[in-house]
Amino acid sequence: MIRLTNVHMSYPGGNEALRNINLHIERGAMVYITGRSGAGKSTLLRLIALIDRHTRGQIIINGQNLERVRNARIPIFRRHIGFMFQDHRLLNDRTVFDNVSLPLVIAGYRHQEIRKRVQAALDKVSLLQKANSYPMALSGGEQQRVGVARAVVHRPAILLADEPTGNLDPALSWDTMKLFEQFNQVGVTVLIASHDLDMIKRMSKRIITLKMGRILTHSGTPTE
Amino acid sequence: MIGAKMRPANRKKNSRPTKSASKSEIKRRFDMWLLQHAQAFIFSLGQYIKFPVSNLLTTAVIGISLALPASFYLLLDNVRYVSSSWDGSLQITLFLQTDVDETEASKLATSLSGKNTIDETILIKRADALSEYQKISGFAEALDTLDENPLPNVILVKPKLDGRNDTQTEDLIKELEAMPEVDSAQFDSGWIKRLLYILDIINRLIIILSTLLAVAVLLIIGNTIRLAIHNRRSEIEITKLFGGTDSFIQRPFLYSGLWYGVFGGIIAWLLITISMQLLDGPVKQLANLYSSDFELIGLGLCNSLILLGTGIALGLVGSWIAVKRHLRAIEPI
Repeated sequence: MIRLTNVHMSYPGGNEALRNINLHIERGAMVYITGRSGAGKSTLLRLIALIDRHTRGQIIINGQNLERVRNARIPIFRRHIGFMFQDHRLLNDRTVFDNVSLPLVIAGYRHQEIRKRVQAALDKVSLLQKANSYPMALSGGEQQRVGVARAVVHRPAILLADEPTGNLDPALSWDTMKLFEQFNQVGVTVLIASHDLDMIKRMSKRIITLKMGRILTHSGTPTE
Repeated sequence: MIGAKMRPANRKKNSRPTKSASKSEIKRRFDMWLLQHAQAFIFSLGQYIKFPVSNLLTTAVIGISLALPASFYLLLDNVRYVSSSWDGSLQITLFLQTDVDETEASKLATSLSGKNTIDETILIKRADALSEYQKISGFAEALDTLDENPLPNVILVKPKLDGRNDTQTEDLIKELEAMPEVDSAQFDSGWIKRLLYILDIINRLIIILSTLLAVAVLLIIGNTIRLAIHNRRSEIEITKLFGGTDSFIQRPFLYSGLWYGVFGGIIAWLLITISMQLLDGPVKQLANLYSSDFELIGLGLCNSLILLGTGIALGLVGSWIAVKRHLRAIEPI
């Protein structure tokens, strides 16, 4: 599903964010990427989502060589990916329903289909009754769950989450991770960047530890 | 709800269909395109209504900028209309010799009107001239003391000529003056020519002014859209992240520009129509004094549509410039 071969990434100005990354994530896997701030976790996710382009090596996502994806095709490519962020990045002037429906509106779904899918996604994160609320009226945990619903509503092949639990207490973090696990169980490939080592260990999934832009360990338990 | 595994992957395969399937694919895309246009259309209108005060202010500025040149054009139209009737009544006044009597004068008038350089002749008999003069001059009593009518018979000659063609007119005057019955021919064309040239200058000025105000409208709309793009930066970022194409993202902004144009045009139309209503009464009174039934020419359907169309075109161009300049710069972080 995701294959990186000798991938380098240096930002303009010479800052080398990733060095010689070799990585293969199978279809339907759930993988944690950990490491300190600046180790290259976010950069890795950005390369996979084509927010940035790698400078050397090869990245193949879902059978597509990213070098061959022209800029004009990037939007279509991204429709196979769901995103989650630490600061949830909901649109405060729109209702929960409108926030979650955004990926479907972008992809041009019909109204009835949008309604059906958004309701299903909100039901999944137990927020169906808040569909007409505005994000500001929700608690931090609820906001994050709206973010989860938005990330999966268009049934992406890959879910990318950048520190999704950074602002949540341990109990809520755990709930969020369990939610990701449920999506993973129905076939979504899930990639989570997080430095919450305790929780990652308890999830007992594959863990990739980055340090200074290189893969440090590649196993069940991270070492720091 | 993620039951359909890897659905996007499946869809990708379908995007290269066989020939028979490609027709329905085109139809599907067209439906989607139409739907997204409808969404952007309504969404941008919603955005407009959401911030009524600031949007109304912007629209008012656009409306006034459109109304100014449009009303100048209208004014010019009206002046042209009035002066064209003068142009038509551009006439040569023939003062006949005092010894030419009314029957001779009337014969002369008829023969003159048969000439191909002359459109029409009107005979003012000396008696009529005197009584009319007594009426309007207020010298009635003074005139009564005169033994005989001092006024000659007069023939008004309307030439079939363009008011600005000097040589033709002069030839005709010379010809008329040479006639034995004619004492003198008067033709005062100078002021009408001056008026026509002044109107030409005003026309040019209006073109310059319109261009400047059109640029102003473009800048206003461009700047408003730029601010809107700036205010909705996070929304644009998220939309790009979830696969919104550039055309999808710019569509609501272009429609916002359209709305500014439409509402600006409507405001301009209202301003002009109300002003015309206000002017109508006094103009009618003034026209009555000149015993004319002149009425102000309003915008009319055609000019109203041109006004609205201009607003829409400026709105679209202004927002398009802003979108091209500022939207591309926003990339997801």
